Amino acid sequence: MMKEFKVSPAASSAVPVTFSDACTGCNICAQVCQCDVLLPDTRKGKHPIVMWPGECWYCGACVMSCPVQAIRLEHPLMNRARFIKAFR
Amino acid sequence: MSEYIWPYANELEKVTRDTCDVLVLGGGLAGCFAAVSAAERGKKVILIEKGAVKRSGSAGTGMDHWESACTNPCSLVTPEEIASAYVDEQDHYSNGIFHYITCREGWDRMLDMEKFGGKIRDTGDEFKGAEFRDDATKLMFAYDYRNRFTLRVWGSTFKPALYKELLRLGVKIYEHTEATALLTKEINGRKRGIGAVGMNVHTGGLLVVSARATVLAMSRPARIWLFDSDLPGLCEFRPFQSIGSGHAMGYRIGMEFTMMEKSVRGEFSAAGRSFPPYGTGNNHNTWYAATMVDSRGVEIPYLDRDGNILQTVSQRYYPAEGQKFFLKGGVIDEPKYEYRGPETMPFDELIRRGYRLPFYADLSRMPEAERRVIWGMMVGEEGKTKIPVLQYYTERGFDPEKHILQSYGSGWQSASFLDQERQLFGAPGGIMHDWNLKTNIDGIYAAGDQLFGSDCGGAACATGHYAGRKAADCAEGYELHEADEAQIAEEKDRLYAAIYRNDGMNWKQLNKAISKAMQNYCGGVKNRDLLMQGIDLLESYREEAVPQLYAENPHDLMRTHEVLDILEVSDMILHACLFRESSSKPLCFVRSDYPETDPPEDRRFITVRRENGRAVRGSVPLDYFGDLKSEYEKHNQDYIGGGKE
Ligand SMILES: Cc1cc2nc3c(=O)[nH]c(=O)nc-3n(C[C@H](O)[C@H](O)[C@H](O)COP(=O)(O)OP(=O)(O)OC[C@H]3O[C@@H](n4cnc5c(N)ncnc54)[C@H](O)[C@@H]3O)c2cc1C
Repeated sequence: MMKEFKVSPAASSAVPVTFSDACTGCNICAQVCQCDVLLPDTRKGKHPIVMWPGECWYCGACVMSCPVQAIRLEHPLMNRARFIKAFR
Repeated sequence: MSEYIWPYANELEKVTRDTCDVLVLGGGLAGCFAAVSAAERGKKVILIEKGAVKRSGSAGTGMDHWESACTNPCSLVTPEEIASAYVDEQDHYSNGIFHYITCREGWDRMLDMEKFGGKIRDTGDEFKGAEFRDDATKLMFAYDYRNRFTLRVWGSTFKPALYKELLRLGVKIYEHTEATALLTKEINGRKRGIGAVGMNVHTGGLLVVSARATVLAMSRPARIWLFDSDLPGLCEFRPFQSIGSGHAMGYRIGMEFTMMEKSVRGEFSAAGRSFPPYGTGNNHNTWYAATMVDSRGVEIPYLDRDGNILQTVSQRYYPAEGQKFFLKGGVIDEPKYEYRGPETMPFDELIRRGYRLPFYADLSRMPEAERRVIWGMMVGEEGKTKIPVLQYYTERGFDPEKHILQSYGSGWQSASFLDQERQLFGAPGGIMHDWNLKTNIDGIYAAGDQLFGSDCGGAACATGHYAGRKAADCAEGYELHEADEAQIAEEKDRLYAAIYRNDGMNWKQLNKAISKAMQNYCGGVKNRDLLMQGIDLLESYREEAVPQLYAENPHDLMRTHEVLDILEVSDMILHACLFRESSSKPLCFVRSDYPETDPPEDRRFITVRRENGRAVRGSVPLDYFGDLKSEYEKHNQDYIGGGKE
């Protein structure tokens, strides 16, 4: 008997990428991601689902490959390094 | 009932069969170049890559330094000088073959890369007249501006260019496919590699490839000591899915590894102790030689190797008086006097003199071209920087003319790890090989980060191309062999076990348990009793936890396979640690039961391989590779004579 695949979003405190309305649902980002973080939505035109957010390596390949600049990468809060005004 | 629908086909139990002359496993820089060179020699090539070739591997989104391209037209050093310097710098626990190939053929690969569409020169004249640029060739250099053997490159263009070239050459690519096992056969009393098995990580379908020769280019192990269940993707430096499957599948068939006892205190894990790579104030690699200041804005001095304070920014890029060249880069931490370049005053000395934390990188004080090349070119072309650092920080308002970026911890890692939080980093162990980059298993070659003592993108390109040539030669004389159906059936059972269960343990639980075991039993200080208990504990995981592993879909099944491989590699590491019965400084290896450091009789490569289920110790003299130049030339007459040089 064929085993049916099930999937639900894996728990993680981080949301590495978000999509704007510009997304056309082409799924190029899901195809290019070497960590396989994104799962195409079966509904046509929808952005992929960030199914495994904790598995993101934060390389930005999805953003670089998006033909309509619809993806934003966001570091976990604890990883936002500080910068201040120069002293001069 | 899950509310999400699996969008890919369900191909469980489906087996696709294919054949080729040269099979390449792993499509990072090394694997791509291996496929290119074998295909250029007219071979039918198949490449299996777990992600997607266009942006996969450590350098998927970029690299900014091409090290040791000693034969570039502006270089003042020879391949012999730099390769021998590395071997000496690493106290001969060094892969001379790998270094020499890198130094001798790196420039050839840069020219290939340019031909394929990658950018290696400042063709837009953005840095015309800069001290680090040769205006005739438009090449740009880093670190040592006099000797000019490390180049600044536009690495974000590399993987897409290679991908296009693979398609042009007709290489058959299976993407989103994890290689899981090597197929072997006894031929004339010797074990030979005859192909591999893989699984599509979207559909669960199996792939069986028969090949005359195989190249392994799957990088190195990870997630052995470091694991974070919340942000597993950030717990190591290299790509999340690269965890040493290549090592695990090799170990299972009796492949020989060396230096696997070497591990270093963690240097990078953004799942806790550090930050986005190249995204904090520092003055190494991408950021060399950034001006650093303390919390009062007082500039931190750069010193030459004799401790003299350097007066200008320019001096940071030149050897000291009487020094021919200096080494910087990927595997250089605290170099010997002979190769030591300019560096900021040591941290402890700074604190003693009253410099105050936190420190910052201050590009605003640098000459305009140096600032612009660090922030905008290097930060931008380095891996994981174009979006996560350059774009992200710019959007947050960072302006290198106006802002300074904070450092954390005490070094470029911007992190402070505990001694038991270890990593295979720098130039760690890996596959033992000969001058053909051939493993001890007939028909199987290796390249890039999977080789022992290896590191760096230029080296991956050079050794990849080299291994592809040698594998192509090997394929010339070897038949195709049908895989043994029993071997395939056994692998299929192993791969599918977790998906046929109805509930059980998630892969993360086992990964976490392994990393805790390795921290406890294979930490900073080792002894026989600890190591034996570690081996025992991992064995109990094999017996008790592995049969409970459960996955609901091919993606999670891939993660489950990864942890099985991590278990395998951890076991190899524990045995390698047992086999070295002394301590060693260059190997960062401390045995409390054998405190003597580097006794002459142990100054050897100790190897580990599995035979009939048991770990077996071997030993190979350091410098087994002989005189680098003459051995290279002996083995590469065809290449030298082929108009490539
Ligand atoms: C952020 C970052 C920046 C760096 N910057 C530089 C730099 O500026 N200069 C420099 O010289 N070096 C740099 N390095 C190091 C350099 O990128 C690597 O040494 C080099 O890319 C290694 O190439 P490789 O082909 O051996 O491995 P990788 O490029 O890592 O490729 C390994 C490939 O194998 C695949 N794989 C893994 N397991 C399997 C499996 N079971 N089946 C199929 N495929 C599999 C992976 O998906 C991956 O694509 C950097 C590394 C990182 C991580």
